[in-house]
Amino acid sequence: MNSRIQHLFDQHPKRVLNVYFTAGYPHLDSTIEIIKQLDASGVDLIEIGMPYSDPLADGPIIQESSSKALSNGMSIELLFKQLSALRSFTSIPVVLMGYMNPVLQFGFDRFCQEASKCGIDGLILPDMPVIEFQRTYSSVLKKNHLNMVFLVTPETPEERVRLLDRCSSGFLYAVSSSSTTGKDKDFSRVEQYLSKLKSYNLSNPILVGFGIHNADTFNAVTQLADGAIIGSAFISILTNKGVDPATINDFVKSIKGN
Amino acid sequence: MQKLFSVPDTDGYYGEYGGAYIPEMLFQNVEQLKEQYLDIMSDDSFKNEFNALLKDYVGRPTPLFHAKRLSEKYNTTLLLKREDLCHTGAHKINNTVGQVLLAQRLGKKRIIAETGAGQHGVATATVCALKGLECIVYMGEKDMQRQQPNVARMQMLGAKVIPATSGSKTLKDATNEAIRDWINNPIDTHYIIGSVVGPHPYPDMVARFQSIISQEIIAQLSSEYGVKSPTRVMACVGGGSNAAGAFYHFLDQPNVEIVAVEAAGHGVHSGMSAATTQLGVTGILHGSKSIVMQTSDGQVVEPHSISAGLDYPGIGPMHAHLFSSGRGVFMSATDEEAMKAAFEVSQLEGIIPALETAHAFAVLNNMKFGKEDLTVICLSGRGDKDLSTYMSELKLKQS
Ligand SMILES: Cc1ncc(COP(=O)(O)O)c(C=O)c1O
Repeated sequence: MNSRIQHLFDQHPKRVLNVYFTAGYPHLDSTIEIIKQLDASGVDLIEIGMPYSDPLADGPIIQESSSKALSNGMSIELLFKQLSALRSFTSIPVVLMGYMNPVLQFGFDRFCQEASKCGIDGLILPDMPVIEFQRTYSSVLKKNHLNMVFLVTPETPEERVRLLDRCSSGFLYAVSSSSTTGKDKDFSRVEQYLSKLKSYNLSNPILVGFGIHNADTFNAVTQLADGAIIGSAFISILTNKGVDPATINDFVKSIKGN
Repeated sequence: MQKLFSVPDTDGYYGEYGGAYIPEMLFQNVEQLKEQYLDIMSDDSFKNEFNALLKDYVGRPTPLFHAKRLSEKYNTTLLLKREDLCHTGAHKINNTVGQVLLAQRLGKKRIIAETGAGQHGVATATVCALKGLECIVYMGEKDMQRQQPNVARMQMLGAKVIPATSGSKTLKDATNEAIRDWINNPIDTHYIIGSVVGPHPYPDMVARFQSIISQEIIAQLSSEYGVKSPTRVMACVGGGSNAAGAFYHFLDQPNVEIVAVEAAGHGVHSGMSAATTQLGVTGILHGSKSIVMQTSDGQVVEPHSISAGLDYPGIGPMHAHLFSSGRGVFMSATDEEAMKAAFEVSQLEGIIPALETAHAFAVLNNMKFGKEDLTVICLSGRGDKDLSTYMSELKLKQS
């Protein structure tokens, strides 16, 4: 069975925009409202962050939104409650991003069942070791029709990129260098890296994340990749302007164009 | 092959604990370390340089001191392994000498570290100064306040100390910041973790560097007491590096009792504690599966201990395995008990212990010793850095 993510990419879309936000931020009950507005403004894919006390792979902006979400009272239990009617109002692909500890505490099997029941399409768990995935978790994900997205970085050697591609389904998450800022000299390195990934002819589409924050960076990376993920820049919008439909719409349009 | 308590399997597991739960951004660095640490450590030029520095710079071997007045009080024989006499005042430097030499052989130019009590930070800054390497130390803002002398020492040694301001502003948060730094500097930087925590191979690597402690204990027991092993070995446990070093060569000798002492803070069930094995459940923290203090929702909780070096919501995977298998006896001491013990050791033996170390002495009251027992206590560090905390206790006593 193909997930909504696979269905999306089956149509060979160009410039896929995936927007990340932290569940429970800025307010405990913002989750559904944000999904609706992102969907309405033309985003292709949504990544919902499950807040964690020690989010090692995230920068300060997402880290802060996580602490705020936790102090607002967000939990996995509550998130699944909020998402229980997700598929009654949208068919946009949705992935959950988080860390292993809260998921294990919830119970991995139970987590996958609940996610699947809500109509979640995939998971990003940056600290899941490939070896544990292969040994234990892959079959649980498959049983619950969930895609699994692994990360690759500019330092990942080809052989391992191919391994991570084989373990992934839906898409592969390419971490750009954290200093991506558009057209400066660092960017030529990102270009080289993305060209290299492209030349591997991997089985999954590639979405680029980290440091994508405006139309310039989005346009630049989507020349070479299937799409990009915007996180911190969107969280900053929520911090400054709240969950405001016009602002969210303007932000998405400013990146993707009309 | 029989499973050992001292050494993990090839994937870094001690029983069910360990492994490497790290984001891909750290994978290449950790993988490089995993592939090379054993080869580098067994290389003759490495061993010669490591051993020479331990001898001439750190001041090893450290004495195994018969604490006669304490022994008399508990009607037994207590032997103190004097890690407080190491250069910089604690066992932490055994590991930093090893890791700095290793980092040089990996071609790294920049060293980062986290620190709680500041002892690991000072030990890292010291060896970096010796070897001319750039050194950045992350330290919780709260810990910078309660361990000011060590902050000054690090700065005098030329290290940059960066405050960690998230969460509880203590060791856990400093560790998060150090890991983030490593993620952002994947090429030229080596991260020196200060305890037997973190992703594989760190717990094993740090335990091996610290195992010099029990290696010396064996030689000293044999030459001074004519025995091969003690009745028991005791140590305080934060992440567990001094304990791992003191226990190491005895872990697979079932006749030697292993006693680990955690920090109970205001009391194990007070909500202000760092007694990880008593309060935690299986989870993942800082890259390995272990026992972790957390909420039912899987959020890591902010622990409490008066001693910054024990104020940590996790424990090394080796110790989680010692606990859950029953191989080790795990006890805990409150802030108050540790404080009392610090004064007792000071006034009976003329040795002012670190607050961390004082926890190991604080449980002596609750133990049963045979008269013929030989008990080795790891005196992990000296108390100079804790004088302001001790002085406020003195003032309380006088008023
Ligand atoms: C003197 C001393 N003992 C013990 C510890 C606790 O660390 P570990 O459990 O790794 O030995 C510290 C940590 O800072 C310390 O400074």
